[in-house]
Parts: sequence; structure tokens; C-alpha cells
Amino acid sequence: MIRFDNVSKTYPKQNRPALREVSLEIEKGEFVFLVGSSGSGKSTFLRLMLREERTDTGAVHVLGKDLNRLSNWKLPHMRRQVGTIFQDFRLLPNKTVAQNVAFALEVIGKPRGTIRKTVPEVLDLVGLAGKDDRMPGELSGGEQQRVAIARAFVNRPLLLIADEPTGNLDPQTSVGIMKLLDRINRTGTTVVMATHDQQIVDQMRKRVIELEKGRLVRDQSRGVYGYQH
Amino acid sequence: MRAQFVLSEIGVGLRRNLTMTFAVIVSVALSLALAGGSWLAREQVSHMKGYWYDKVQVSIFLCNKTDGTDTANCSKGAVTPDQMNQIEADLNKLPVVDKVFKESPQEAYQHYKQQFSGQAGIDLLTPDQMQWSFRVKLKNPQQYNVISSAFDGRPGVQSVQDQRKLLDNLFGLLNGMTYVALAVLAFMLTVAMLLIVNTVRVSAFSRRRETGIMRLVGASSFYIQMPFIMEAALAGLIGGGLACGMLLAGRYFLIDGGLKLQAKIQLIQFLGWGDVIRVLPLVLVVGVMMPSLAAFFTLRKYLKV
Repeated sequence: MIRFDNVSKTYPKQNRPALREVSLEIEKGEFVFLVGSSGSGKSTFLRLMLREERTDTGAVHVLGKDLNRLSNWKLPHMRRQVGTIFQDFRLLPNKTVAQNVAFALEVIGKPRGTIRKTVPEVLDLVGLAGKDDRMPGELSGGEQQRVAIARAFVNRPLLLIADEPTGNLDPQTSVGIMKLLDRINRTGTTVVMATHDQQIVDQMRKRVIELEKGRLVRDQSRGVYGYQH
Repeated sequence: MRAQFVLSEIGVGLRRNLTMTFAVIVSVALSLALAGGSWLAREQVSHMKGYWYDKVQVSIFLCNKTDGTDTANCSKGAVTPDQMNQIEADLNKLPVVDKVFKESPQEAYQHYKQQFSGQAGIDLLTPDQMQWSFRVKLKNPQQYNVISSAFDGRPGVQSVQDQRKLLDNLFGLLNGMTYVALAVLAFMLTVAMLLIVNTVRVSAFSRRRETGIMRLVGASSFYIQMPFIMEAALAGLIGGGLACGMLLAGRYFLIDGGLKLQAKIQLIQFLGWGDVIRVLPLVLVVGVMMPSLAAFFTLRKYLKV
């Protein structure tokens, strides 16, 4: 599903590499937490998976494709199989909940019939049935993140990348979001989630990958958060 | 491609950027109207050139009896019939010559009287004072020199005169004016391009949230860039349409109505509606292509894949 082969990455004008010699493999259907303090390389790790960045050395394979060799015009097709959610939700404030979700399908040219059918389905799945016509501003943070998850999941991606999805939410709401992500994971979607949320990691008991100063320092199945911050 | 979606995106984009869009439309319209105008002016000049060059001839004036005293070329007295026949034969042999007309002093006198009838002193002139001349029509009016070098200074020839030279000053002036128009046009085009680039930049910036999400969910770059390019193209199309209107109105105002140049200057054959209308598609095409290309290249820089 995902393979990092000896990946190093240094950003321009920075002395210290953001990632150094990271190698690991994530299988289809896994749920993986990516932990580490700020600046440990978590974001770079995620960005490399989306090919927002390219590696300096080493190779990143996602969904069987070597991202360094993937041409620019094939990249969008790869991204269609990857859903992404963020700490700040990134919803369009001038579109309703349903329109936000539909947007993801519209811009990849899905037929209107498909959109009309799938959008309510996925809103139902994330627990937002009946809120189709609300604006994002009228929703709570947890609900907004559910909209973002609906948008990420509406095209049934094989991989879901979550960059601190509970970072802006209170613990109780976070639990709800995690339950949702767990459900999505159970449908066969691989989930990679970067987080600082110790409680969640400790509760879920999933595989934990820890980065420190760009190095892979721990890779533990059914792990815990493991360090104090 | 879902047309409705793209169209609504374009609408949103244009409305959000209304002032900039307006500036783009106006500058595109002005620069294209100038472009079309100077194009038409050049066409008018070449039109006039063709028309006048067709009419102008090289004149070879021959000596008459009275010229001997005041013209050096004619010191040997009036042209003889032999010399005249020789000149005519030589003219007809030259490949550059199209037609030769011979004008007798009598005919010259008649023309002169017609042309200046009613003016004082005309009665003092007698046919004796007029001279024989050849009016030579050339296949290519540029080749005046051939005639001049062959006949100037020949016995019996008083002077060789190219009427085209008189017109060249006028055409020089008109051409100079079109160059000024072209310079202004180049300036306007630069302004229009900069405005378009800036508008697209602002547009891309104000929609970075949307385009960011589009990238993330795997929209093709074509799909992401299309609304921006279409916006620029639409503004360009409106600008081009306005430019077309200005050209048509300009022709009407200068030639038919308003200044009524056609009625005032009947000697010049002005461009017809057909000439103007033939330029319009070009104006529209440039009006659409120029902003679209500018948008395309701007987006390559500001919207990464």
C-alpha cells in the first residue's frame, strides 16, 4: 500500500533534514498513528505521500506507484484514490454541507446522477443526515470535521490521510471523530493519522510510528503514545 | 467536463473581481480598437497607393521652340519629329512600360484650359507655348528610375517627371501616423497584458482555498485552470466585441456621418464596410487568445500541480 525506501528530505535553505533515511511499509487496511513532536517530520511524511513534496533520495510508493516517477498529469488520478483531512477542516464557507461534499465529485467530473446519489449516503455515514443545507459556519467543530471526512471519503478512497484531525476538537468530540475514522478503516480503507493526542493513541491501540528529528525511532503494533510532551 | 459547474465558477470569479475585470475589458477593448484602427489605416494607405499609382504616370516633356532660351536641355531647339518617333519607339521597347500616350501641344492646351478655367491670365496662354509630351504608364510604378535614366538628358527631352514623388510625401505622412498608432498600440497591449496577469493572479489568490481542495481531491490541472482561463477569455471576448463596435462606429463617424470625409474628399476612395468587417474576426480572435494565453502562463506559475 505504502512503502518508504530509505527516504530523506531536506527543504531548501534548511540545514537539518526534515526526514532522514526513513524506511517502512504500511499494508492495505491498516490503521497507523504517526506521532512525534512538532518539527519531527510528520507533516513532511504526509506531504511526501501526497506528492506535495518529492524526496531528495529514496523512493515513496503509494498504491503501487513510485511517486517520484509519477508524471504530473497522472498525479490527479492517484490523488483521487487518497482522501485527506486536516486540523482546520478546509471547508468552503460559502457552500452548504452537501455542496462541499459534492464539490469533490464535481471537480473530478463525476456525473450529476452519481453525485445526487452518493452525497446523502456519505453524509448519512458520517452522521450528518438532515444537515445537507447547513453552512459550515453554523456547525460545531466536530460536525465540520465530519463534513471534511465526508468529502474525503465520498469518492471511496483506498487511503485516508489525516493530519491532526482532532487537534481543534475537545476530547469528547474527538472520540466521536475517532470512532468514525475507525468505521471507515473497517470498510477496508487504510488510514494514516498524524496526531499529538495521547489519549486517543493510547485508547485505540493501533500501530504507532514515531518520528524524532526526522528519524524513524519507533514502529510498534498496538502501541501507545509513548512519550511526554 | 461539467459545463454548468465550470460556468458557475466563472460567474463567481468574474463577479468577485468586478473592478479588475472591468479594467481588463476596457484595456483590451482600447488596445484592440487601436490595433484594428492602425491595421485599417495601413490598408487605407495601401488602398490609396494602389488607386493613385494606377493613375500617376511618368511624364516625359519634350522641348518646344520657346524652351531653347531658358532650358539647358533644349539648347538645340525644339524636338524634331524624328527624335520624337525614336523616343516613342524606344519607350515601347522597354519591358517596364505598360502604355504610352502621346500628348500634342494642342491637347495639352485643351487640358490646361479645362483644369484652370475661370482663372485670370488663362487667355494669355497660347497652344504654341505648350509642348509635346509622353505620358508613360509603368507596369510597376517603382521602376521610375529606368525611364529617368534612359531619357533624361536625351536630345529633344526637356525633363522627365515622376508624379509619384509628389504623392510619396503624403503617404510618408500617413505611414508615419500609423507607426505612431502602432507604438501606442504596443504600449496599450503591454498594459492590457499586465492587467490580465495581475487579474488572474488576484483571482487565483482569492480562490486558493477552492483550488487547494481541487488539487487535493484529484481534479486535473485542466479542470482547475479552466475557470480562470475562461474568465480571462470571456473578458477578452467582451473587450474584443467592444473594439469591433468602436471600429465600426469609427468608420461611420469618420467617413459617412460625423466628419463626412467621403463627401468632403471625393478624390480618395475610402475603405468600405467590407474592409472593416473583414478585420473584425481577427480582432475577436486576438481578443480571446491574448488574455487566455496570458492567463495560462500566469497560472503555470501560481497554481502548482
